[in-house]
Amino acid sequence: MDISRSHISDTISGRQRLMDRFFQALTTGSAWLVLVILAGIIVSLFVGGWQALVAFGPKFLVTDEWNPVTERFGALVPIYGTLVSSVIALLIAVPMSFGIAVFLTEVAPGWMRRPIGTAIELLAAIPSIIYGMWGLFVFAPVMSQHVQPWLQARFGDTVLIGALFQGAPLGIGMLPAGIILGIMIIPFITALMRDVFLTTPKFLKESAYGVGATHWEVVWNVVLPYTRVGAVGGIFLGLGRALGETMAVTFVIGNTHRMSASLFEPGNSIASTLANEFNEAVGDMHTSALIALGLVLFMITFIVLALAKLLLLGLESRDSAKS
Amino acid sequence: MDLRYLRRRTVNIVNLTGSLLATVFGLFWLFWILWTTLSYGVSAFDWNLFHQNTPAPGAAGGLANAIVGSLIMVGLATVIGTPVGILAGTYLAEYGGRTWVAGTIRFINDILLSAPSIIIGLFVYEMVVIRMGHFSALAGAIALAIIMLPVVIRTTEEMLRLVPNPLREAALALGAPRWKMISLVAYRAALSGILTGVLLAVARIAGETAPLLFTALNNQFWSTDLMQPMANLPVVIFQFAMSPYPEWHTLAWAGSLLITLSVLALSILARTLLRKVRLEH
Repeated sequence: MDISRSHISDTISGRQRLMDRFFQALTTGSAWLVLVILAGIIVSLFVGGWQALVAFGPKFLVTDEWNPVTERFGALVPIYGTLVSSVIALLIAVPMSFGIAVFLTEVAPGWMRRPIGTAIELLAAIPSIIYGMWGLFVFAPVMSQHVQPWLQARFGDTVLIGALFQGAPLGIGMLPAGIILGIMIIPFITALMRDVFLTTPKFLKESAYGVGATHWEVVWNVVLPYTRVGAVGGIFLGLGRALGETMAVTFVIGNTHRMSASLFEPGNSIASTLANEFNEAVGDMHTSALIALGLVLFMITFIVLALAKLLLLGLESRDSAKS
Repeated sequence: MDLRYLRRRTVNIVNLTGSLLATVFGLFWLFWILWTTLSYGVSAFDWNLFHQNTPAPGAAGGLANAIVGSLIMVGLATVIGTPVGILAGTYLAEYGGRTWVAGTIRFINDILLSAPSIIIGLFVYEMVVIRMGHFSALAGAIALAIIMLPVVIRTTEEMLRLVPNPLREAALALGAPRWKMISLVAYRAALSGILTGVLLAVARIAGETAPLLFTALNNQFWSTDLMQPMANLPVVIFQFAMSPYPEWHTLAWAGSLLITLSVLALSILARTLLRKVRLEH
């Protein structure tokens, strides 16, 4: 690849040189398209949301009113719903993904690793709308008849966390949305954790086994410290996915513009608000406020995903420096 | 001393069992969701699906217009996204190297890969739908093409990097210009890998709903006009599932089965091919 161009250009005719330049320009242009798309997204969201951003200013982010009739809009409720459902998702997905990654790299016998790994990855292939239908028609009834009454009976009267489990067990709301989001991001976090766990040098693990460490001690004291940065990167990637997930959440979150302490109550996320209201938006200000919401979502996910990428890049460059 | 040993062994066994249970937990949802889709979908299955259009509320009908609409839009998105993605991946692998431009493009591409697809829908709404004045299948296809682009770019670069450099050097030493070296040697060596990337990307967009809501919208009738709103399976499923009509629910389940089966088949095929390609190198 490092053959200098001047060296070979003597043997190549003018027409070929023209073709060469044309082809290189074509590939370069296509690659720049990625940056153009990014710029396009940011500019178009700013332009579309401008009316709302000017009208409400920074208070847009902290106002909990969302009223198409009086044209007063604030993003607080959807932002709150997005964050709460994603936090529930992480609480479920992080320990589970860690467990699955440990199982796939340390516990499972060799022949089991590939089929189980593929099966977990297939969780990511199922379209989000299928999660939504399943969530609404199958999972929500189970939640409202069995899980939520149990949670209420068990924790409803407990100080502090009792407030999380108040209200009618509808089966739709913040908790079911968070649980489904958690299932959806398990494959992403698992795949990254598994891949970074596999980068642990064999000699490190074998030295630990050599002095008598158990499997678990090797995972906890050798593999995890060695790959911590990458594992956190994987968690951020999962968080980025959860924040922007649309269809599954729209089916089960309840689509109510209200902020409540209880996880049983229906709520709203940024993406579900967009999916529900955008096509029926009345008036320019409503549309503009929705696009401004989209801008907020894009900013949050961009930062989270960029952090994830930086953490993973850091791990990569360390590994290539050592090898 | 003995007690400590016992404690360490217990912790080990408890935690490893925990990892097993976590795996069972993950697989449990996969099978539950697949089982639901299969059992509801199969009982809703009926040959009318393929030759009747989506019905009015409360009536019987099929999904013919939605199936054809989905095929048209996914097909058009693939035709737009594939060449651009392959060319961009070529730049990153063959020309860009370690320059900061290539690094930035790679970084942004990886972020776009996981960016919320509903935002892409908003972007295309602003760029295409507003300018045309109405929703259209073309806008839907453009949105899907933008979503598939990062997948194709990433796999193309990865696959071209697997092509050994001596192959390139041999071609250049024979006096081949660079574009011929890439198109006749590097592409040929990486062909199956690049195709796998395209398959993965098609699987990714086949079930996408959010970006189509603001672009292609839906159409109750048969339409193959790219400039008009077009029916498509994901949006039909969304509208029918959220409706109060049992006939519509049945059709939504039949549609879910179709989408799930095709997406799973595509991604299993792509994964198997990908593993083969990686093993070869």
